[in-house]
Order: sequence, then C-alpha cells, then structure tokens
Amino acid sequence: MIAATLAEPDDFEGWRELARGLVGRGCAPDDVAWSDAGEGTGDLFGVADTEGRPVVSMRPVRASRGFLDLARSVILHRDPQRLALLYRVLWRLQRQPHLLDDAADRDVLALHGLARQVRRDIHKMRAFVRFRSAQDCDGSERMIAWFEPDHRIERANADFFVRRFANERWSILTPRLSLHWDGAGLFESPPANRSDLPSDDLTEELWLAYYRSIFNPARLKVGAMLKEMPRKYWKNLPEASMIAQLVAGAQQREAAMIDTGKTLFDEPVPGSLAEIGKAVSGCTRCAIGCNGTRAVMGEGPPQARLMIVGEQPGDSEEIAGRPFVGPAGQLLDRHLREAGIDRDAAYVTNAVKHFKYEPRGKRRLHQTPTAGEIDICRWWLDGERAIVAPRVILALGASAARGLLGRTPAIGRERGRAIPQPDGTQLWITVHPSYLLRLDGDAQAREERRFAEDLAGLAALLDVAVSGRSGVM
Amino acid sequence: MAQPGILERLEILADAAKYDASCASSGTQKRDSRGGRGVGSTEGMGICHAYAPDGRCISLLKLLLTNHCIFDCHYCVNRKSSNVRRAGFTPQEVVDLTLSFYKRNYIEGLFLSSGIVRSSNHTMEQLIEVARTLRETHDFRGYIHLKTIPEADPDLVAQAGLWADRVSINVELPTEAGLLRLAPDKDAGRIEGTMGNLSAAIVDAKDARKHYRKAPRFAPAGQSTQMIVGADGASDAQIVGKASTLYDRFGLRRVYYSAFSPIPDASAVLPLKRPPLLREHRLYQSDWLIRFYGFAPLEVQQATSADGMLPLDIDPKLAWALKFRENFPVDLNRAPREALLRVPGLGTKAVKALLAARRHRTLRLEDVARVTVSLKKLRPFIVTVDWRPTLLTDRSDLRAGLAAPPRQLELFG
Repeated sequence: MIAATLAEPDDFEGWRELARGLVGRGCAPDDVAWSDAGEGTGDLFGVADTEGRPVVSMRPVRASRGFLDLARSVILHRDPQRLALLYRVLWRLQRQPHLLDDAADRDVLALHGLARQVRRDIHKMRAFVRFRSAQDCDGSERMIAWFEPDHRIERANADFFVRRFANERWSILTPRLSLHWDGAGLFESPPANRSDLPSDDLTEELWLAYYRSIFNPARLKVGAMLKEMPRKYWKNLPEASMIAQLVAGAQQREAAMIDTGKTLFDEPVPGSLAEIGKAVSGCTRCAIGCNGTRAVMGEGPPQARLMIVGEQPGDSEEIAGRPFVGPAGQLLDRHLREAGIDRDAAYVTNAVKHFKYEPRGKRRLHQTPTAGEIDICRWWLDGERAIVAPRVILALGASAARGLLGRTPAIGRERGRAIPQPDGTQLWITVHPSYLLRLDGDAQAREERRFAEDLAGLAALLDVAVSGRSGVM
Repeated sequence: MAQPGILERLEILADAAKYDASCASSGTQKRDSRGGRGVGSTEGMGICHAYAPDGRCISLLKLLLTNHCIFDCHYCVNRKSSNVRRAGFTPQEVVDLTLSFYKRNYIEGLFLSSGIVRSSNHTMEQLIEVARTLRETHDFRGYIHLKTIPEADPDLVAQAGLWADRVSINVELPTEAGLLRLAPDKDAGRIEGTMGNLSAAIVDAKDARKHYRKAPRFAPAGQSTQMIVGADGASDAQIVGKASTLYDRFGLRRVYYSAFSPIPDASAVLPLKRPPLLREHRLYQSDWLIRFYGFAPLEVQQATSADGMLPLDIDPKLAWALKFRENFPVDLNRAPREALLRVPGLGTKAVKALLAARRHRTLRLEDVARVTVSLKKLRPFIVTVDWRPTLLTDRSDLRAGLAAPPRQLELFG
C-alpha cells in the first residue's frame, strides 16, 4: 500500500503532481491510500511513498480538460474519499478517454455529485456573505464579513469578491483562514472567530425593513425558501432573524386583507326602500357607521325616472334626517329649478349614508369618505338602484360616481355626457354643488355656468329617456 | 406634509413594489469593478442573495421611486383611489440606498419602478436620473432594471436602455377587454408600441456592436414583461397565446406571470379570492415547454381542457402526453433529442445525460434511474432494452396513476 498525503486539502496542483507520478509508476487505485495532512501542520509539499516503484509507462499521463475542471472543484470538497475517487477516475481515463461522457457510470456520477455540492457552496457563499462596515486604523472604511462554508472554497472564491469589490477594502473571516483585500492585493491570515465581526452596522436595519416589506404574505411558500436558504446559513444572515415572525403573521395578514371586503354582507338585499332604510341605520360595517350619527336614507318616489346621488349627508342633513337640505342642497334645488327638472319627482340619495366629520370646537367639519368606505356602502346604493330602477342617474361629484361605477372617474373628462351602464340606465356625471360653494369670484361664476350647462344637458336627456322619443331634433 | 423617515419610506415603497414578480439579474454582459472607480460585477448568472418566506428570490433592491400615482388601475395597490400610505424617494436617496446595500453584498443591483407623478415624462426622467447617477457619478457596474412608463416620450424610453441592463413594460392583462375594464388609463396599443420601439433599439444596438466595438450598449439583458393571472376572465390557452405573440413580436427575454393576489383596500371590481398559486406554476411550466422543450404554443394550448385551462393536478407536459398517446412509448436508445424532450419526467439535463450515455452503452432501466428523479412517472412512456410498457399507454386509468394523490386544500386557499 502506498500512502499519498496532500500538503493542503485544497491544493489541486499538489494533487495533480502526485497523481501524475503514481499513474506513471503504474500504481493501481486499490494500492494507494490517500489522505489530507492535518490542516496547516503538514509539510509544504505533498508526499507519496513511491520508493522502489520505477516509472513503468512511457506514455504521458492523459486527462481531458473536462476532467481537470471537474477535479479542480471536487478537490475542495470536505469528503476525505474525494482524493481516491479522483485518482480512480484518472486511472480509468488512461484506458477509456471518453469515460466522462458516460453519465450513467457510477464513478462519473459520484464525481459530478461532489462537484455539484462544491459549486452550490461556492454560489451560496457569493450570495450569503454579509459585510459590515468598520474602520481601518487610518480611518478609511473596511467591509468585514464572517462566513462558514461547508467545503474548502474560501481561496477559490476570493477572486469573485475581488472582481466585485476591487475598489473597496474588505475582509472575509472564516474558521479555516481569513482573506483580506486592500484594493491592490489579496492577503491571508489565520482563522478568525465570529466575535471578530463588528457588532453592528446601521444599514442592517434598513435591510431588515426591506426584507420585511418585500415579502408578500398572500403567497407563503416556506418550503421553497428553505430549499434555497437552508437553516444552516441562518445564523450568519441578519434577515433570517425575522423569518419566524413573518411566517407566523402571514396567514393572519392575508386573512385580514380579504376579510375587510368579504364577510361584510352575508344577508340578502332587503326588498323595499323602507327595509333598506331600517337596515342601513344599524349598519356598522365601516368606521363612519360607528361614529354615532344617524343614517340618512334616500327619499323620493320609489318609481322615479331620475335618481340623484350625492356624496354623503352633511351637518344639516344629519340633523334633519333628509338628504340635500343644507346649503349645497339649496344650491342644487335652485339649479334644478332653472333647468326645469322637478326635484320632487326624483329619488335623491347619497353614496355614503352616514355623516363622516371631524369635530372642530362646536362644529362638525365634513370629511371626504375613503374609497374603501364608499365601496362598502355601495351595497346599499345598489339595493336602492335595483328597487327604484331609474332610467337616468345623476352623480354629483367623484364620490357619488365611484359609488355608482366602482371606480373613481376623472370628472373633468367624463362630465356632461350620457354614460350607458350595463343595467340599461344612463349615467350623467357632474360636480358636487358644495364644490361651487367653495369657489369665489370668476371661478365660481364660470363653474356655476358649467354646472347649469350640465343640468340643461341632463334635462334634454331626461326628455328623451322619459318620453321615449328618439334623439333626433 | 412632512416626509416620513427613510426607514418608513423604504417600507412603504418596497411594499408597493412587491407585486412585480421579476427579480432576475441574469443574462447581461460580463463586467466587473476592476479598473474602475466603483463597485459591481455581473457574470451572466444572477445571484439570489436571500429568499423571503414567500419562496421568492431577493436579488435586486426592488423599489418604487414613489407610490403616488395619477392612474387608477383596479388591480394595483397604488392606484389613485387606494388608501395606502404614500411616500417618495429623491433619486439621490435611491442611489445611496443601492450603493450601501450593494457594498454589504445584500443585492445584485436595482429594480426601479414608479407610480406616475405629475406626468409620464417627468416620472421617466426621474427614473433615468437614478440610473445615470449610479453609472456616471459612481461608476456602478452592478445590475439595473428599469421599468419604463409606456406613455413617456420615446426618446426618454430610449435613454433608459442606455443605462439599464434590462427594461420592461407590463402588459398587465392578457386581454384587451380586461385592460380596458381594469386599467382605464392604460392603452394596449401604446404599451405594445413602446415594446416595439424598445425591441427595435435592442436589435439595432446589437447590430451596431458587430460593426463598431465601441457602439453603446442598449439594455444588454433585453426586455421583459408581466401579466396578471386571475384578475380577468382570460383562460390559460389565451394567456399562452398572448405570451407567445409577445415573445415572437418583441423578442422578449421573459414573460412573467403574477397570480393576482388580494391587495389591501382592493377595488370593488376585483375578485377577492386569489387564483390558486398552482395556476401560475402551470403557466410557467408551459412557458418552459415552449422555450426549452421545443413545443409550439399551439401544442401547449392543445393540452388544455375544453374550457381552455391547463389541468392543475398534473403538469402540462404530462397532460399533452396523455392526450397524444400515439407518440409513446419512446425508445430511449434510438429516439432523437426532440422526442426524448417530450417524455414526461425527462428534463433537459436528463436528456443531455441520456444522449451522452447511450453513445457508450445500451441503456437499461437502471441506467435511466441513475440520471432521472423518478422512474415511476417515466415507465409508461419509455422503451429500454429491458423494459417495454405493455398496453400501458392505452389504459384509461393512466392519469389517475400518475397524478399526485389528492391532498387537503389549503385552509386559506
């Protein structure tokens, strides 16, 4: 038995030299016992005890480039058997030069298996090294990382970090050796400890925040994560500290996202306006419904041809319990009269049935309902729409239009024309009269004129829709 | 209103960006920081620096410059009418974040998108400013992916390609009707027009570099796009068809699918339930069949059932094989590569290994077992020296034997 010992476990050139000599002396794989020297303590050169074995082969020892590439990475593997395996394949290659192509061969498969593990380890080191910022004695920045690879890949991988961070100073500390780059050259020093890593880095907090936020709780796939980022790496990854908490919170967060919309209405829509009015006054499905104000139901003939929809009741409306009776309502009444539209013949209601306000001293200041609140209250508005079944609906302002359309329209683009709806009604959009009250001077005069024009257009549409005449004049 | 601090804004704007599926950082030119002033390298294959519990790779710092938006697309959490918290970064802040993350080896680069503020052109200019500062001022050589704004000026979109490795525009929905209904401010014609311009610019730049080595590069990693699955009524067959048209017409590198996920403060027009994640997976598998397995889009569409949907319980390749049984069994010792690639259970790597191995030996079942994952799935479809399926491909219960056993549904599915 010949003992062959490698000086350094990742010393490929040393192995190559030894193996070439052994093959040349005709030493069969079964006759060679390969071993690694104790790390760092061995001789500078590897030795093979080949005394008394003359070189027997005149032919040069052959190995394909594919084998050398494979061997260069397999030698980095921690498995002590790798040396014997490499030698066996080299031995067989002398007889079967194309052995490596036979992917179903046991040795070739084993070799590829080891190479794959080393490749993966190299890749994971490139991915999972995390630097922390520190200062060199001269005050310049040095990035320092601590990493524990599975295999002896530190030296082989150093070049990647040089390419990537050529103009930085950095150190990668590992349990086997430490690598240092100063912007021009690479140096090695003895192994380090985890405690040599700087204890913190303020940027890490930002990174944790990013990791938390980029995760989508609606698509929890812990298995897929574990496959690529196994637990063994977690101890050196700052972001891994949050995984448990993210996973635990995920299903709750997703359920909450869905619940806000889904389970709000599980009863059938009431069949009459009176029943809707009664039900709506007890509705607490959004924050406005819970603020203690009373609901203001729509009013008007239940078979009206025109339905007028505002945003929400205001201070006066809430007190009176009727829609459009405050300043905005009075302005609306005047314009309707001037356009020749009879308000009493119309069904008048709001997109949101409760009054959303902010207390300011003794006054209650109007607050615009959110899109979410409008969308919830839409259920009631849809109920009214189905019962009244108007031919034409007038939406005053963006909130009203959202309640009717399910999306917030651009008022400027969509006002003043008939927009056919899937249920056969015509939707007519204009601004809310309270908008006119907030303007003054020229702007008010101009906007009032446009408002009047919109209502005049609506009156013309009503004539057509109600009398059933065609639009030809 | 005062802006919240950088940490809070990072949370808001990363959260807003998470609905973009793409995080790829591969396929660009090779370059590194040696001989330069800054940091960064790209080496063909991208690196995933972390994985989130949703199983997705974190390779790039994926951010929105701002989530203010003047558009009102229903599927989008940042639409005008949504109640999410709003925030914005200055271009300089994004540059600083990118560099400090990159130097700590957290990321491969930046994926920057934005809500539309003021105008499409203004927004596009801000995105370009980030990329330009990174490249020019800091000599950053990492990866940059810019989302372009279809409504922006073509000249601006062209500039984006000069700084970025990859540019993308989302087609968003597989059907034009869906886009009209769910993204009223977007225009399918405009989106495809911009894609066309980009694809022409990419081809021109490649061509120019053949003649002049110093010709400027233009988006060396090409362009990609994303489609939302399950928000409109499009069937898998329609989606596959749309994707293959996009690949053909614009030479796209990738079409990403994103299963519509319920978003906070969802619009009333959207379904509240998410489509099964498995559907997204099956679509990606069909994408693979077309890109790597020599399937024609029409053949993938043939694998769908009558309603145009791919089966969820078996993969599309097996579905195709079960429908077209006359093509099986395949003799692993004789069949050409194209036929081997069609065998359910044989991947591209296994096919390569089999082709290499059969030059040295006549394949037996045990040889096949060594290079593949599972023989059980393969057996009915292959012939080796020591194996021939008897009538298996004519059995009516074949599917039942191969489909995964039923399992309890996800509680929150």
